[in-house]
Amino acid sequence: MKKSKFIHLVDTTLRDGSHAVSHQFTAEQIAAIAGGLDAAGVEYIEVTHGDGLAGSSYNYGWALLTDEEMLKAAAGAIKKSNLTVLLLPGIGTQEDLEMAAHCGAKAVRVATHVTEADIGEQHIGMAKKLGMQAFGFLMMCHMAPPEKVVEQAKLFESYGADFIYVADSAGAMLPEDVKARVGAVVEAVKVPVGFHAHNNLTMATANALAAVEAGATFLDGACRGLGAGAGNAQTEALVGVLEKLGYQTGVDFYKIMDVAEDIVEPIMHRPQVVRNAPLMLGYAGVYSSFLLHTYRAAEKFNLDPRDILVELGRRRMVGGQEDMIVDVAYQLAQKRGGA
Amino acid sequence: MDKIKVAVIGPGNIGSDLMYKILRSRHLEMALMTGIIESEGIKRARGLGIKTSTAGVRAVLEDKDIKIVFDATGAKPHLQHAPLLKEAGKIAIDLTPAAVGPYVVPCVNLDQVKAEPNLNMVTCGGQATVPIVYAINRAAGARYAEIVACIASKSAGPGTRQNIDEFTQTTAKALTVVGGAQKGKAIIILNPAEPPIMMTNTVYVEVERPDEQAIRASVEAMVKEIQSYVPGYQLRVPPLLDGNKVTTIIQVEGAGDFLPKYSGNLDIITSAAVAVAEKLAQKILAGEVAA
Repeated sequence: MKKSKFIHLVDTTLRDGSHAVSHQFTAEQIAAIAGGLDAAGVEYIEVTHGDGLAGSSYNYGWALLTDEEMLKAAAGAIKKSNLTVLLLPGIGTQEDLEMAAHCGAKAVRVATHVTEADIGEQHIGMAKKLGMQAFGFLMMCHMAPPEKVVEQAKLFESYGADFIYVADSAGAMLPEDVKARVGAVVEAVKVPVGFHAHNNLTMATANALAAVEAGATFLDGACRGLGAGAGNAQTEALVGVLEKLGYQTGVDFYKIMDVAEDIVEPIMHRPQVVRNAPLMLGYAGVYSSFLLHTYRAAEKFNLDPRDILVELGRRRMVGGQEDMIVDVAYQLAQKRGGA
Repeated sequence: MDKIKVAVIGPGNIGSDLMYKILRSRHLEMALMTGIIESEGIKRARGLGIKTSTAGVRAVLEDKDIKIVFDATGAKPHLQHAPLLKEAGKIAIDLTPAAVGPYVVPCVNLDQVKAEPNLNMVTCGGQATVPIVYAINRAAGARYAEIVACIASKSAGPGTRQNIDEFTQTTAKALTVVGGAQKGKAIIILNPAEPPIMMTNTVYVEVERPDEQAIRASVEAMVKEIQSYVPGYQLRVPPLLDGNKVTTIIQVEGAGDFLPKYSGNLDIITSAAVAVAEKLAQKILAGEVAA
């Protein structure tokens, strides 16, 4: 297998990390982090509500700022990097994407559940029309076998996606799972392939390396791993690890460590460690963004968050179904009460 | 009892399900199924002894006895059909996202349905959630309504998939225009789980008067009304109050006429369309509406 010696990094502190601060980033924080990432040489900086454009809602949590305010704050601080947004069809629309392009976004990740790429055709098309780089981003890839991931990756490629991502949104994969899926997609498509890791089973960096070994040339990270569930692969750690393995990322190791320690760490609401509930997310294969919503429901209905997560995993809930946390908690509480 | 002759344009899944529901109707006569090619749906209709055609809308225009026409094609064809049907004096019930005519949601504004030449059935998510928003609004005042519709992947056809933005935008608009909320937002999720999941809809409303009893009573009354034409419509989670936020979850199981039971999302829109046609037929038969 041909291995690239350059790995393109997408930092998602300001998008996936938005979950970990309940979408309360301020304009000053966004500008400071985006400016720091840009100066450190990060190629793509993703800035959006954790659930993408138009994600601010009862279902996913209200953001402090509008999408437009967030993007403008970041755009003002970025000189070289590609300002990137996330869009989940069914939540965000083409209109939202036009707004993002107008605010200076250069790339979009059109994210669908691993079996539903065809709901993203319109949005990939719109991105290309707007002159943006388009990523086809397949979420919850642990739920589908490699053949299915390949089929859906090819759909995204056929719509004009410039890059395909395999995302382990539940942090449920082990390195062999990653290699099987990423490797199969690399074989099947002509465009570059990336991988988005979650650390719920403490596998984020290991899985990122497995993806690279299988031919991925794009990786996601977040400073201090800030993200949904137990967070993502740590950008600054990825830079160091990749450098030790002889890969280039174009990112300055010292500078990215400083962004993580001096700018990101002081604004974190809690240390990004693998507590029991995020561990259970990975074990049960549940969408990482469900974590904080699950804590709230567990408290309201007086339940163990792990019981809620196990039931969500059993029901095979997909990304975006945060509303089903209340459904599960309510049914569990009824069962307990009525027994 | 006299019946009003109706036609269905578009013999796909929706059109076929409509056909079975019309065949059961006391007021409607399934006079014509028309498409543009010889298809499974056309054969199915013919097999049931129904007149069929592959001349599309023309076959409808040629039959002056047909009073009500269900359009189950797509937004683009409907934009062409709408003026032709209007000119021919037929009432169109539009199940596409074309939105030529006003939105109709039975239980909410069916009684206001006049002799409009064209009525739009919103979306499946709209049919499932607008009545609940309306019920909460009448009890407590809805400042903001947000719905999350979750549909089995198998039950979302290419039309929905390729136009998913239209679903969210049309549904959000109906939450305000018909549901009465000051602002609206709609989210749609497709879930591929096997066996396929039932359609679930979560409705969140920010209310002016957080009176839990009044909200529950209003919502429960509305659920009963909807059950009169969608028996599989039920409350999974009754309205729960958290400050001024109301959360309630609804499940829709289809009747299984032609579509499988998990296609509650399709069943609710075909059921609503037939309910609208029955109401119109009664008005026509009573001489209240000229046709």
